[in-house]
Amino acid sequence: METKPFEPKIVAFVCNWCAYIGADLAGTRRIAMAPNVRIVRLPCVGRIDTLFILKAFERGVDGVIVAGCHPADCHYASGNYHARRRFAVFRELMEFMGIDPLRITFSWVSASEGGKWAEVVNHATEQVRRLGPYRNYPRFTEVQV
Amino acid sequence: MQELIELARRLLEEKQVGAILGYEMYRRGARPAFVTDAGQCDRLIFDHRCVHNLAVYLSPGRTHVASLGRLAVVVKGCDARAVAGLIRENQLKREDVLLIGVRCGGVGIDPGNSGELNARNLAPRCVRCNCREPVLADYLVGEIGPAPKAVNSRDARLAEMESMDTHERLSLWTDLLSRCTRCYACRQVCPMCYCERCVADKTEPAWIESSPHPRGNFAWHATRAMHLAGRCVDCGECERACPSQIPLGFLNRKVARILLDRYGYAVTDDPLQQTPMGAFRLDDGEEFIA
Repeated sequence: METKPFEPKIVAFVCNWCAYIGADLAGTRRIAMAPNVRIVRLPCVGRIDTLFILKAFERGVDGVIVAGCHPADCHYASGNYHARRRFAVFRELMEFMGIDPLRITFSWVSASEGGKWAEVVNHATEQVRRLGPYRNYPRFTEVQV
Repeated sequence: MQELIELARRLLEEKQVGAILGYEMYRRGARPAFVTDAGQCDRLIFDHRCVHNLAVYLSPGRTHVASLGRLAVVVKGCDARAVAGLIRENQLKREDVLLIGVRCGGVGIDPGNSGELNARNLAPRCVRCNCREPVLADYLVGEIGPAPKAVNSRDARLAEMESMDTHERLSLWTDLLSRCTRCYACRQVCPMCYCERCVADKTEPAWIESSPHPRGNFAWHATRAMHLAGRCVDCGECERACPSQIPLGFLNRKVARILLDRYGYAVTDDPLQQTPMGAFRLDDGEEFIA
């Protein structure tokens, strides 16, 4: 039987006001990009609990993208600043606990940056493809959920 | 400890407080004690066996403690930071509690330890302690005991963990955390874990799997470390309470180091101190953001 080449499964948590619109724009501009990313739209990047990322890994994704508004552009004035601190700490803690930080991509994408969204997606996909499938997230054998 | 006993007796006799929360001896060492009768004050002790962080009894959920009336609590420097945390987060009013600060030369790992303190039985947090004398206190009693010379084995071990590669660290933490039985002793004993409903108890949706499987355990301990970021007072109680002897303190210690390096934040017993996760600066580092 022919084995399929590895295609990473990536989930993107994006904010409603910038990154999601940017991703939408990338679509309407018909920019070709890696089809590996599933988008989850949230009100603000500050809404993204670190548990979302852990949960995504638990459910078997190989990589995660978190994208929100550029600093000073947050629809709610300060959500992205709070997120920036939270993810700075989270990223280093994950690295300490043994999760490769290359599997988690953080980015600022504005509503007009369709091209940048495509770059982020392609870059993250390539990075995770190189790392290979993420099978050893805490001995993460199949567990019924 | 005559000073402490006399102070406690005076506070009870003058009806300034309804109960003194301190330490007493029992057959297996020191343990927390509530003294409500002025005649019983000579039960109170303080020495290197008094390892417990009594601030945990001040959490608003503990209504049976609140029913004793105003409390006077014996606090070490590290415990005072937890009291400050509760005041800072509006869980406790400063005027609702009297703090009897004790000068402390370090405590042991185990409250049952009867011998002298030495490099082996000294609690790791007491090495290079910077809070031997609490600032947040209404009274200050006792003398700073002689601290034993000890190498800072905890930081050495942390550096060792940091020098491992990612795979080694993952298998190290997976192995350590797979011992977790999810008894939540770490949460119950933590003075800063006062949420009425913990995220780990939520079932719809079940954000953290509740069965003791490495996967849910990983999520639980990572989440606990995140929720305690900038709030953990490094009292070491989670580690002491853990029946599986998981060195949980390393996770909190690591987060504290990240916060110190990135934002220059170190926890103190000043209730007005701004916590790092509740604040931001426009120029916070974002070298990890593409």
